[in-house]
Amino acid sequence: MDTINLLRILFTVLSFVLFIAIVVWAWRNRHSAQFKDAQHLPFDQD
Amino acid sequence: MQNATVKAATYNDTVVRQFAIMAVVWGVVGTLMGVIVASQLVWPELNLGLPFTSFGRLRPLHTNAVIFAFGGSALFATSYYVVQRTCQTRLFSDKLASFTFWGWQTVIVAAAISLPLGYTQGKEYGELEWPIDILIAVVWISYAIVFFGTIGIRKVKHIYVANWFYGAFILAVALLHIVESAAIPAGMFKSYSAYAGVQDAMVQWWYGHNAVGFFLTAGFLGMMYYFVPKQAERPVYSYSLSIVHFWALIFTYMWAGPHHLHYTALPDWTQSLGMVLSLILFAPSWGGMINGIMTLSGAWHKLRTDPILRFLIVSLSFYGMSTFEGPMMAIKTVNALSHYTDWTVGHVHSGALGWVGFISIGSLYFLIPRLFGQKQMYSVKAIEVHFWMATIGVVLYIAALWISGVMEGLMWRAMNADGTLAYTFVESVKAKFPYYFTRALGGFLYMSGLIIMLWNTYKTATSGKPATVEVPAVVAHA
Repeated sequence: MDTINLLRILFTVLSFVLFIAIVVWAWRNRHSAQFKDAQHLPFDQD
Repeated sequence: MQNATVKAATYNDTVVRQFAIMAVVWGVVGTLMGVIVASQLVWPELNLGLPFTSFGRLRPLHTNAVIFAFGGSALFATSYYVVQRTCQTRLFSDKLASFTFWGWQTVIVAAAISLPLGYTQGKEYGELEWPIDILIAVVWISYAIVFFGTIGIRKVKHIYVANWFYGAFILAVALLHIVESAAIPAGMFKSYSAYAGVQDAMVQWWYGHNAVGFFLTAGFLGMMYYFVPKQAERPVYSYSLSIVHFWALIFTYMWAGPHHLHYTALPDWTQSLGMVLSLILFAPSWGGMINGIMTLSGAWHKLRTDPILRFLIVSLSFYGMSTFEGPMMAIKTVNALSHYTDWTVGHVHSGALGWVGFISIGSLYFLIPRLFGQKQMYSVKAIEVHFWMATIGVVLYIAALWISGVMEGLMWRAMNADGTLAYTFVESVKAKFPYYFTRALGGFLYMSGLIIMLWNTYKTATSGKPATVEVPAVVAHA
């Protein structure tokens, strides 16, 4: 197998794993104080 | 020295005001060009027999004016406003911000002169010749420095989700523009693409579709995540969903381009990949739409009395509609019917007029009074009238082109029992006349609404005066 193809496969698979990790992280933090504060950021001003 | 301290404690709203006003002006100009070319399709004599006013030259002027002049100015205005408010700091550089305004307006004027004269690279949404392309790149990199520089000097820890979308839009458009515009100059006003054959086509539609994805979607989602919560006076429905929404769009959008090249010389696997990724794109699009609309949950009654909120929420309905229609049209068998027909044009306009137009108009109606120290626009009644004219305009426009598109698609593929074509091409053109008329009428209504907005903006600006807003002294720790 070409090295370039191996790299392409690795990049795609790693991107997918990273995305799933982001989803899990975002969901687990859904009640966190950090997200609550972030949600209210537009209202800290005028 | 004294002056500098005073300056540092206020926001730079001058550049926001400039871009906001020009967005309204270019909105009228761009849709006027659209109404002219739509009318030329109904009454071809309207091209006046002159090369400068022919359809082929005015059509790219229309698309460039609405996307880059109207949409671009609205994006500059709102991103500069939002990044300062959510980072609680003044823009990174006033001089560079001012340069982006004058540079961008120069690009627009250069487009308005060079396109009617026939100078074009012939690439859809990337028509402008190489000297203008270089100016665009310089302005865009300055924009990136101002925007990311402001994020760099922010006074709050967290980077609000709207800024993530604006940031992705700025980065992606820089990448897209530079790759798409690579060309070998052959004189001051002529160049040849750096790519050949099917690669050239693929680069074109990688650019073309991501112009939709990042210029016309990601940036305007930045608007959604700030102005919908502000106008509804409630925080965004789910912050987790907004993060998933962002990354899902980022990971998938770049791959959707090949659906513009179904049944062409592009390798089959590339077409299928483009189709599948376009279908997947449905999920993040609707996730984002739901997040925006659900922000209103518990406050639905506000829609009855607030025309600005109505613009913002109806924009999301159109976003949902076109992001359902898009993946469907990317399916190869559906595309076999829809491609090269008016259906595509209708689809683009449900996204452009309905989603991009409405979210920008709503955001500008929020911004303009605040920029001139007013509580609301000069006439709220006029916003109401604008809303209905725009809504009826869009519905007429897209319904006409759905019918026209499906009709001509069916006529093109209709066959007689002996295998010959049932209709000549010109018969399909003739059959479209009533729908072209309805479409021009819809466009005229939409443009008229923007003219009312321009009057309302003028009245609001002249009855107030440029407001200076101070950066809050107590820093929130978000």
